[in-house]
Amino acid sequence: MPMWADICVAVLLIVGALAALIGTWGMLRLPDFMTRLHAPTKAATLGAGCALAALALRFYFVEGGSSLRYLIPLGFVFVTAPVSAHMLARAWRARHPVTPKPDPAMPSASP
Amino acid sequence: MTETVLPFAILAYLLALLLCGVRLLRGPSAEDRVLALDTLYVVALALIAALSIALGHPFNFEGVLAIAMLGFVGTVAAALYLLRVKGGSNADVG
Repeated sequence: MPMWADICVAVLLIVGALAALIGTWGMLRLPDFMTRLHAPTKAATLGAGCALAALALRFYFVEGGSSLRYLIPLGFVFVTAPVSAHMLARAWRARHPVTPKPDPAMPSASP
Repeated sequence: MTETVLPFAILAYLLALLLCGVRLLRGPSAEDRVLALDTLYVVALALIAALSIALGHPFNFEGVLAIAMLGFVGTVAAALYLLRVKGGSNADVG
């Protein structure tokens, strides 16, 4: 395993661990469901993506560059995480509808 | 260099799993709990990847694939269920 790949794996692991920690901390601390949804869908996905990229890079060199199959879960997580977050946001909006407030800057147009 | 970093990364992923568990137990609404489970399986994927690097052999690679697929399907199924629950926010699902 070359030196630069080792350094890349170490940096990916550290960045991924910090991102996952920040994302879950945000999910624990933020006040509203939409803000709680926003924190882990970006940060925790980045954390898992960094760890899976580190796995792919490491075993690409350990196994002599034979296959790229370790990139499959990376692509799968990056494709499915926004979809599940979107479904959760739709479920929240369906059960907690927004009541439109009247805008004080606008004159009342409707008679 | 990777061997120096690995224990800290695994510890951080374990702490992230713990924070997900706290939100899963506390979550005031059902969507919070589903979101906590979604984040939990994503972080568990990362933890299994870090453990595979630490063990030096990808024993758990098929497990990573299975958790990724089943976690996504479970999250979408729970979100669709919550989307179709009648009664709005007064429905008794948490």
